Amino acid sequence: MIREALYVSAILFSIGVLGVLTRRNALILFMCVELMLNAVNLSFIALARLHGVSGQVFVLFVMTVAAAEAAVGLAIVISVFRHYRTVDLGRIRLLRG
Amino acid sequence: MGTFYTVHFWLFSALAIVAALAMVTRRNPVAAALWLVNVMFALAALYVMLGAHFLGAAQVLVYAGAIMVVFVFVVMLLNLGENDVQERRSMGAAAASSLLGGVLAAELLYVIRSQPLNDSVLQPVDNDAMAPMANSLFTENLVAFEVTSVLLLVAVIGAVVLAKRGKVAGEART
Repeated sequence: MIREALYVSAILFSIGVLGVLTRRNALILFMCVELMLNAVNLSFIALARLHGVSGQVFVLFVMTVAAAEAAVGLAIVISVFRHYRTVDLGRIRLLRG
Repeated sequence: MGTFYTVHFWLFSALAIVAALAMVTRRNPVAAALWLVNVMFALAALYVMLGAHFLGAAQVLVYAGAIMVVFVFVVMLLNLGENDVQERRSMGAAAASSLLGGVLAAELLYVIRSQPLNDSVLQPVDNDAMAPMANSLFTENLVAFEVTSVLLLVAVIGAVVLAKRGKVAGEART
């Protein structure tokens, strides 16, 4: 089942990349990034069955970093929304505040 | 691996992929968030089936519980509807993106297919779900574990500072 889990992980990662490439909504873009992180977690856990428990420990760290990333990223989205009144990435062109 | 295991493995895999596709194509951010919760639950089931019992529980608590609640909270705080974001992409750009995604998927699948994986000899799954992870986490990865707590503290403070409607920043900009 390891190889099959890696297949599923690859497909989920590609769907996440597709979402990041096609969507313009900043929030949905973030969700696609979370999906990609989850896909990588799945492959870590599948390979932990072959190579020992350190893969699972790494997944724990990835989850922590994902939580931190979601908190900071959404705070940035709120801050940008306050400035531009939109989360449309097509209309947010300047990094200047 | 019995038939029961195989059937449920593919069931949850299909659920995850279908829900991920639905998530990517929804226009409404709340609907997308709920589909993503669906993906998280299916992945939690897959984690448990691959022997990572604790991580399955953590997946439900941390991702489906905490992170997605923050997402839905922000969507509702910003009061976004379906028509606030115009997904105005030309057909060429959409086709190019789909092509890139498809090529990436094909490449990844090919690489995995060509790897010699010996999955007849698997690590035994400990019935004690926490002990092997905790052993590794609190001995060889102790420094990383402690640094993680600092990272979370920095993220919490950073999120508050960024999202706060500051006197200087907020009024000067709006």
